[in-house]
Amino acid sequence: MKVLKYIIIVLMILNPNLSIAQSENLQNKITKNLRCLICQGQSVYDSDSQFANSLKVLVEQKLSDGLSEKQIYNYLKDRYGEWILYDTEFNKNTYFLWLLPILMFIIGGAIIFKLFILKKN
Amino acid sequence: MASLIGSFALVFGLCLSIFIIFFSIKNFKDNNILDKKVVSLTFLQFFFVLISFFGLIISFVNSDFSNETVFNHSHTTIPIFYKISGAWGNHEGSLLLWLLVLTLFLFLFISTSKKQAKQYRILTLLFQQIIIIGFFIFLIKTSNPFNYIFPVPNEGLGLNPILQDPALAIHPPILYLGYVGSSIIFSSALSAASLSYISKGWAKHIKQWVLISWIFLTLGILLGSIWAYYELGWGGFWFWDPVENVSLMPWLALTTLLHCILVLEKRLALTSWVVILSIATFALSMCGTFLVRSGILNSIHTFANDPERGLFILIFLFILIFLSIAVFFFFHKNENQNIKNLFWLSKETSILVNNWFMMYFLSVVLIGTIYPIFLEVFSSEKISVGPPFYHSLIIPFLIPFLIAMAFAPRLKWIKSKIEDKIQMIIFFVISFFISLLIVKNFDIDFLLNTILITSAFYLFFITLKDFFSKRIGNLAQNLAHFGFSLLILSILFNNIFSKEVITNLKIGETFISEDFKINFENVDKKNEKNFKAIIGKFNIENIDGNIEVLNPELRIYNQPNIITSEADIKTNLLTDKFITMNVVQNQDYFNVRYQVKPFMIWIWISVILISFGGLISILKKKYEN
Amino acid sequence: MKTKISFLLLFTFFLIVFLTFYLGLQKSNIYKPSLKIEKDIPIYKVRTLESSNRINSEEVFKDNRFYLLNIWASWCLPCRDEHEFLIDLSKQKNFEIIGLNYKDNINNAKKFLKELDSPYKLVFLDKDGTVAIEWGAYGVPENFLIYNKKIIKKIIGPIDQVSFLEIKKIIQ
Repeated sequence: MKVLKYIIIVLMILNPNLSIAQSENLQNKITKNLRCLICQGQSVYDSDSQFANSLKVLVEQKLSDGLSEKQIYNYLKDRYGEWILYDTEFNKNTYFLWLLPILMFIIGGAIIFKLFILKKN
Repeated sequence: MASLIGSFALVFGLCLSIFIIFFSIKNFKDNNILDKKVVSLTFLQFFFVLISFFGLIISFVNSDFSNETVFNHSHTTIPIFYKISGAWGNHEGSLLLWLLVLTLFLFLFISTSKKQAKQYRILTLLFQQIIIIGFFIFLIKTSNPFNYIFPVPNEGLGLNPILQDPALAIHPPILYLGYVGSSIIFSSALSAASLSYISKGWAKHIKQWVLISWIFLTLGILLGSIWAYYELGWGGFWFWDPVENVSLMPWLALTTLLHCILVLEKRLALTSWVVILSIATFALSMCGTFLVRSGILNSIHTFANDPERGLFILIFLFILIFLSIAVFFFFHKNENQNIKNLFWLSKETSILVNNWFMMYFLSVVLIGTIYPIFLEVFSSEKISVGPPFYHSLIIPFLIPFLIAMAFAPRLKWIKSKIEDKIQMIIFFVISFFISLLIVKNFDIDFLLNTILITSAFYLFFITLKDFFSKRIGNLAQNLAHFGFSLLILSILFNNIFSKEVITNLKIGETFISEDFKINFENVDKKNEKNFKAIIGKFNIENIDGNIEVLNPELRIYNQPNIITSEADIKTNLLTDKFITMNVVQNQDYFNVRYQVKPFMIWIWISVILISFGGLISILKKKYEN
Repeated sequence: MKTKISFLLLFTFFLIVFLTFYLGLQKSNIYKPSLKIEKDIPIYKVRTLESSNRINSEEVFKDNRFYLLNIWASWCLPCRDEHEFLIDLSKQKNFEIIGLNYKDNINNAKKFLKELDSPYKLVFLDKDGTVAIEWGAYGVPENFLIYNKKIIKKIIGPIDQVSFLEIKKIIQ
């Protein structure tokens, strides 16, 4: 048992293929969170369409101009609407989206607690 | 000719439904033995659909372009294997396959449930017939696979190249076995509820069906992911695309049911909850069909859309939902609630906790998928819900879930104590240090990562230890939980340690990064019957001096005229090396995407292990009987 | 009684879900830019077909007149269809057409204009497609009617008889 564990640890640490991962490229992260508008359900990062390729260049330009991730999202949202952002914002349109699952979780917990655990005869 | 036979067989199949219903109702009250006629008719119905299905396949094999479906989705130059799989690679054919599985499962259900009460069997059959009739009408009316075109075209339009793939050829049948299996659970639960037939014996009997559909659904989803990984060309295997979510939702519901039915089997409790879950599983499968086939959502995998089809499934789905609500409220008597309360530390409670989390994950996926539809209808605003939403709502909740998964199986029914406390704590500490080591060493500064990896490792070690422990109670369960921990670990490491480079290279150029060199040596040409290929030769040199050759392809299919990019993947136990190349318009260079993806193969292996757990559980039941 | 109430509640709930899905079916699942917006024009520096200097886009639209920004490319077939409308429009008074040459080869673009005559006062060059994004466009051709440094109308796709007359009406 213990031997196995050690083997795993050693493998993890010594494996040269697992050298230190570069912190994820911000440009990739941003383009992964943008929808390619002319595609069907693909992100800009995944797509090779004209539009997506231009957006990749644009994101690179804006980053080198010193814009932050958030600013780039706002810039694109201003032009194309929220539809372009896969990274769904928390705003008046999406209160329910974010809170409903949490609410379900709380209600679920309450039901279990009330029905089965609290009532002790 | 084959089309004609297929078409008639379909109509006969539908007519048989009337006879089946007639004889079943007659048989329902009169005596205690199931009328043999009903069984034979059920078989006959399956047989007719089978003929129809073969009719379609033969039309595809013969490239009979007088059939509209064949014309739209086939071509004489396609290899025979894809001509056959093309039969269910389209909307009409896949629905016929769906219907085939429906009738097959009904026949199997009727012929394997001899030990159950007659009335229950007949009522299940009647509910199942409602579904079957619905699909018959849907198929014949809105998506007939045997439409005739005249004059007969000489050549077909061809099969979409991304569907010309072995994984995608078997993906739909496997997935449908899972989806459709849930229809049996649905019908059976409704019938058992209305006849007050729910008992430990029933739980045991229906559990087999739950396991079967669960295994197929798991494997079906796996095949879809593998396909997306190597075919879509960006190295991802799960994008939280609506169509992927749609297959995940019934899976989550089914997994919940799988756990909760244990409580019913052992303690005869939670009957209503089991019924609700059985209804939900099938409703979610149908809802998925609606979302995919209607084109209501923007997804990478949509079929050719037709609003009429969407409307039909929508109405049908809600008829089934309203029917089940009515049955549930007015016929289901919830009398045998024999446990009023549970001890906080017991197997029952732990299963409830599992159900609680699973329902939460389900609600995240469900709300995330359909919320944009609601928002657009109510406020005309379009939003996208993408991976960041799902990740931020699911990942934190995985932590307690994983820990609970580790020790819940060791609890006993009714009342339990935590045993081997010290051992459990030691394992936790070990997992924590390993995670800390990894996260520190690899410069990932997320607290969340440490905790998540800790809990995944914890589950991993505990289940691993349990394989060797003498008291191993349940190999099936342990294997599935072990597989799950492996899945989470592989996904995590895959995410954290993936490396990628996107660059433009001309032939002969070399890209150099700190970890590897990519040398684009040359391109080759290849001519196949249905496509021409440009094959790139890339030499990848790692830091240790090892050189590997990868050969991604660009395929120019002739029918239809589409260029696809085929990834070349070198897999070993630790990492996948993944390369694709793409043409850039008006340029002499290629866009090259190279990725190193660690532990990729373990993602697939772990899912296979999980479904293997289910298989062992079925075999064990068979053995016990 | 209690079951009846919960039944009705659940029933209504699913009815609402049904109606929403039903209404959702009528909506499109692809990107439709909103057309009604009245937006400020974007400001950026850009090269032109006419000279090699980069100019400030604001300068171009500063006069008190109507402008039409037309996104085009020599490889774009619908652009040929709308070209005669553009030529016609370019003869209007107090009105200028500015071209935005999208992802094109300069020689092909010049040949295109030589062959079909140029309706443009000025042509921006957009080699990588980023200028088009500044305008919020996502394909070729697209047209933006501008007045007083504001986009007052957007036409997605080529100009046809209907939109041609509409533009004429607005600028007169």
